[in-house]
Amino acid sequence: MVAQLTKNERQVALLILLAISLWGIAMAVAGRGDPLGVHGAIVLLAGLGGIFAVISGYYAPEPDDSRLDRYFDDPSRAGIVLAMVWVVAGLFVGDWIAWQLVNPNLTFDAAWSSFGRLRPVHTSGVIFGFGGNALIATSFYVLQRTSRARLPDQLTPWFVLLGYNLFCVLAATGYLMGVTQSKEYAEPEWYTDLWLDVVWITYFVLYLRTLARRKEPHIYVSNWYYMAFILVVAMLHIVNSLAIPVSLGHAKSYSAFSGVQDAMTQWWYGHNAVAFFLTAGFLGMMYYYLPVRAGRPIFSYRLSIISFWGITFMYMWAGSHHLHYTALPHWVQTLGVTFSVMLLVPSWASAGNALLTLNGAWHKVRDDATLRFMMVAAVFYGIVTFEGSFMAIRPVNALSHYTDWTVGHVHVGALGWVAMITFGAIYASVPWLWKRQRMYSPRLVEVHFWLALAGTVIYVFAMWNSGIIQGLMWRTYNESGTLAYSFVDTLIAMRPYYIARAIGGLLFLIGALVAAYNIWMTIRTADQPADERVGDRPVVPALTGVSAPQPAE
Amino acid sequence: MDHDFTVWFSKSFGLFYLIALSVIIVAYAFWPSNKKRFDDAAHSILGDEDKPYRDLPIGDQPNGDKKWR
Amino acid sequence: MFNLHYRLERKTIGLVLGIIVVAAIGGAVEIIPLFTIHQTVEEAPGMRVYTPLEIAGRNIYIREGCYACHSQMIRTLRDEVERYGPYSLAVESKYDHPMLWGSKRTGPDIARMGNKYSDEWHVRHLNNPRDVVPESVMPHYSWLGRTELRHDDLGVHLAALRKVGVPYTDDMIANAKSDAYGQASPDTPFAEGVTKRYGADTNVRAFDGKPGVLTEMDAMVAYLQILGKLTDAAHKHAAGG
Repeated sequence: MVAQLTKNERQVALLILLAISLWGIAMAVAGRGDPLGVHGAIVLLAGLGGIFAVISGYYAPEPDDSRLDRYFDDPSRAGIVLAMVWVVAGLFVGDWIAWQLVNPNLTFDAAWSSFGRLRPVHTSGVIFGFGGNALIATSFYVLQRTSRARLPDQLTPWFVLLGYNLFCVLAATGYLMGVTQSKEYAEPEWYTDLWLDVVWITYFVLYLRTLARRKEPHIYVSNWYYMAFILVVAMLHIVNSLAIPVSLGHAKSYSAFSGVQDAMTQWWYGHNAVAFFLTAGFLGMMYYYLPVRAGRPIFSYRLSIISFWGITFMYMWAGSHHLHYTALPHWVQTLGVTFSVMLLVPSWASAGNALLTLNGAWHKVRDDATLRFMMVAAVFYGIVTFEGSFMAIRPVNALSHYTDWTVGHVHVGALGWVAMITFGAIYASVPWLWKRQRMYSPRLVEVHFWLALAGTVIYVFAMWNSGIIQGLMWRTYNESGTLAYSFVDTLIAMRPYYIARAIGGLLFLIGALVAAYNIWMTIRTADQPADERVGDRPVVPALTGVSAPQPAE
Repeated sequence: MDHDFTVWFSKSFGLFYLIALSVIIVAYAFWPSNKKRFDDAAHSILGDEDKPYRDLPIGDQPNGDKKWR
Repeated sequence: MFNLHYRLERKTIGLVLGIIVVAAIGGAVEIIPLFTIHQTVEEAPGMRVYTPLEIAGRNIYIREGCYACHSQMIRTLRDEVERYGPYSLAVESKYDHPMLWGSKRTGPDIARMGNKYSDEWHVRHLNNPRDVVPESVMPHYSWLGRTELRHDDLGVHLAALRKVGVPYTDDMIANAKSDAYGQASPDTPFAEGVTKRYGADTNVRAFDGKPGVLTEMDAMVAYLQILGKLTDAAHKHAAGG
């Protein structure tokens, strides 16, 4: 890692790490007797570890000029490994708390292991740990290829990747200690938020600097999506996290907003975290990896542009559908429904665009599990956006809100769309990045595919069932005109579905473990170096007749 | 810009601004002279070269003389 | 060369500005008016603020992630009103920084939990939910009763809340620590200041059943017993007032 940095960059790296260490010391001192102090110690350790690494590699020979003939892929490699670490951890915690709803004694009598503290570890672990690292890794990869320009320097990408992971670690350890702003998907406290802002702005500037060096006059559409992801997430995050810390020695802060304004701001953030973190970013991924893997250009480039602006504009209005029938003024709820329903148009345009790209390449989908991951992701994207528009309609929402239907819906998107497209992109990139002929075991990719699909289907059906049943039981009246079921009655009815959900999650977790093993073995097992980027082509070449990459059409 | 003004604005011209926005985007996407650029872009990711472009004299290009499209 | 770069950069900046403008419209139109339209939040004269002990309890509620399974927002639907009580008004969470409306009911809504059960029920329930509700899947929080509440810094907490708009007086901020202790210690001289500053209806009890020691259980139960009780605006509203 350090050997790739120039002398100058090593010096700057030392200065940055020194600043981080000092920041850690300041927090550790100011936050004595508060969780802030623990976080100070973690930051200090991270800074010192970095300093140690840089110093021990300080006198290694500088990289020569020939590096400029290659893309800078090491941060992408590290990002993919980190994404796999986070996904295993995040899915494990998720499945653990799923079992806690079956047997509440699985907290083992500790404070940190209760559902309320572990739930954000799960959500942040998979969304930000897994999704975020995958987005950073693939965005660096795609940005360089589509711009035909190397990243402008060696230090900034490492700062973005590692700084982002420091944010993830602070977030996750904070939740275990009970440090949370309680804003869903934006739980980290003020100092962690400020650190993320620094990293995020650096990420954005890095993107602009690379684009400024590009040799293609046109900016490929993937980059539009990645840029919307970076920009809008920054906007959402900064506004929603506005807060006044109790003091500089307290981890705790109080949100600048309260009540109804806070609720609207939070769900403006929350829904658009889905839109721009979990949709725009991954659409950027899809618009690159799916055509390349299929060996065909995107079905309609124009459609991808139109749906880009549709998604960017309309999503931002949809957040209020999280607050139907609440104390939020009616006119805001109405706007939310309207735009949520209209959103179906650009969403299905994107899903259709992806699937139509595969026309003429369906035999590859059949034989190549990697491409099949991406195809299934596009199908789930179509399902989840339809379901989302449907659930935003007020009478439907009256039934679905507060129930497991919402949880099911989220997991159609998270497991079926986000994780599937990411696994597809990772399986495509790993052989390219590590210069291998193919994945270590294409058969294990198959195994992972079926585990992931089965896990998703079981999970989602369980939650659809439990959600709709619970929603109906809550509103059932008996003949005398009183409510037929107590809350506890509905809880008993949920139990079989909670067991099924936990099993579905377990299958998905096992699939991720298989993937981690396969990727690890691909990295470890050096086969003959591939001459050009050649992914893992179909398992049985004899069946398909294609064993070499398809030329561009 | 007070509240009354924004309400008046959104109720009068707001809709037309939204329509204008979509017309601009559709026009951009379907503008005939943009067709080639978009087709090129769609194909650009499928090439198998995997090296960045460098500003070197013609002939010294590490990729041979394959120019960017 | 300069020209080419200039054009390329201009294109990038144009794209960036386009994204910002197009994405900002929706949020601006939906959020900014919530601050400017006065009907958004109802009038509730006589609504009181949380006491220091209740704030401490609220912070424990946040710390433990209770909001992940309990909502505090009764919707305007017949079955919800019959199950949980009058539907929630915006004003009721006026002092909630942040709001805790929640998004999921793995457990029931608790917007009107205050005074619904006894302190003793809450302590037993938090110690082990299955002692009182055998089918419950809620984790137990027995350590709350064993953990002393940190209350020396509650004055700073109140001051921070005042900065974001909660009308705490200098008097409340200066006495936050003793008020927190006094609210859970009815037979001490500190108890009097609590009712003086926060109103005669304020709950002053040994919430965890053990006077003398101020525990996190005291704070938690004090918070749960005030839910829905800061103002009676929702009940008046339901009665047509």
